[in-house]
Amino acid sequence: MEFGTTGMLNEDGIHVDMERLKKGEVNLGTSIMAINFKDGVILGADSRTTTGAYIANRVTDKLTQVHDTIWCCRSGSAADTQAVADIVQYQLGMYGIMNGRQPTTQTAAAMFQELCYENKDRLSAGLIIAGWDERHGGQVYSIPLGGSLHKQPYAIGGSGSTYIYGYCDANWKEGMDEEEAVNFVKGALQEAIKWDGSSGGVIRMVVLTKKGANRHLYLPDTNYAVRHE
Amino acid sequence: MPGFDFSNHTRNAALHARGVPLPKATSTGTTIVGCIFEGGVVIAADTRATSGPIVADKNCEKLHYIAPQIWCAGAGTAADTEFTTSLISSQLELHSLSTGRKPRVVTCMTMLKQHLFRYQGHIGAYLVVAGVDPTGVGLFTVHAHGSTDKLPYVTMGSGSLAAMSVFETQWKAKMTEEEAVTLASNAIQAGIFNDLGSGSNVDVAIITKDKTTLKRGFVKPNQRSKKQKSYVFKRGTTAVLNEKIITREDISKYVTVHELEGEAAAGEKMDIDA
Repeated sequence: MEFGTTGMLNEDGIHVDMERLKKGEVNLGTSIMAINFKDGVILGADSRTTTGAYIANRVTDKLTQVHDTIWCCRSGSAADTQAVADIVQYQLGMYGIMNGRQPTTQTAAAMFQELCYENKDRLSAGLIIAGWDERHGGQVYSIPLGGSLHKQPYAIGGSGSTYIYGYCDANWKEGMDEEEAVNFVKGALQEAIKWDGSSGGVIRMVVLTKKGANRHLYLPDTNYAVRHE
Repeated sequence: MPGFDFSNHTRNAALHARGVPLPKATSTGTTIVGCIFEGGVVIAADTRATSGPIVADKNCEKLHYIAPQIWCAGAGTAADTEFTTSLISSQLELHSLSTGRKPRVVTCMTMLKQHLFRYQGHIGAYLVVAGVDPTGVGLFTVHAHGSTDKLPYVTMGSGSLAAMSVFETQWKAKMTEEEAVTLASNAIQAGIFNDLGSGSNVDVAIITKDKTTLKRGFVKPNQRSKKQKSYVFKRGTTAVLNEKIITREDISKYVTVHELEGEAAAGEKMDIDA
């Protein structure tokens, strides 16, 4: 184990080691998003994972199921987000058994927040939680780096999201139908992939409605026009 | 509590701060690959181990046993891959005995990732996990920080770029066992010839529903050939300036000399380059 030489004082005079979380770690330099629409929610993500300049996986699945109709989009460290998602998946499974009813999206988001906030100095995880439940219908929650929790009509995240704030703000509408919503997510992620070097590969989506989860896959071969799988 | 003892870490950090250089771990600057085929999975590795710029072992084993139908290829720190695989192998066997079921590849992968995540990347084990279990064929990569990937073909180590270029140009869906073994072997050879950290031979392990076949030295593209010329110096190359013969009696003044009998008397022959 080499000792880092990257320690420095930031403007607050707090000692930080910028490289601590990054050295040789697998990163999800990512474009992720989740939106509310008329019948539920849609999660979307690119599929690129990188170690430095190398693409470690070009067909990654960053949309992770933590319960029947509760999913999350992962960005940041692959190891951290997988570990957090695995723990929450276990907790939600137990919750369902112990209480005899399915957990709500809010409950899931609170579990994620607990882990992300309590371990904020050890984690680099940016998560978007989206789900559908009988009581509240579709909901989208965002948990950025510090571990705060935000309920939003739609959320974008990852390095690629910086390029699509304008696109999303201009094009998002309340109560879109499914086709409209899918096209909005696809259009936004296409832009993010186009401008962000750390994002790329295929576009994956999950549509969550009363009827359950439905997966979409769009390949760059056809300019993301045709739905596969 | 199973695991590693890090009690020397503080001492080592203090020594390092006072200018003592850290010891170099033997790393497997490596090429390892895995590839799924119809009815099974194949993993392969090169056999070079390095310590800095030195080749520490020309024919080391990088394919590790986990369970009869689950094997692991390891890159990164040699000691870490060796100990984590044997630790998980042991835990998995106990788990299998207690559940009365055959061990699964996902179970192995989950145990590895949880172990490695707990150590936050300090255990430098980069692994390709492959096997066949009652649920089917499994192939995963596990990184030192605890992240995992599931893919039909994978490469890891310093030669992973060379190996991946072979897969990305020649891989196709639904290959036969023979095709997959050849492809994996070619990917390793790309690492052996194009990556400085990889070299020597190709080891292959083929896992199917019915059996596991370990082919040690599947390809040996770096055999040492016979030297064309003898480089032994001729007698008299160095001039004799003076000569002094010491007898046994002279030595026995300082040490006790015993005569050996039988085979022991012959002693071990010294290896001299012909």
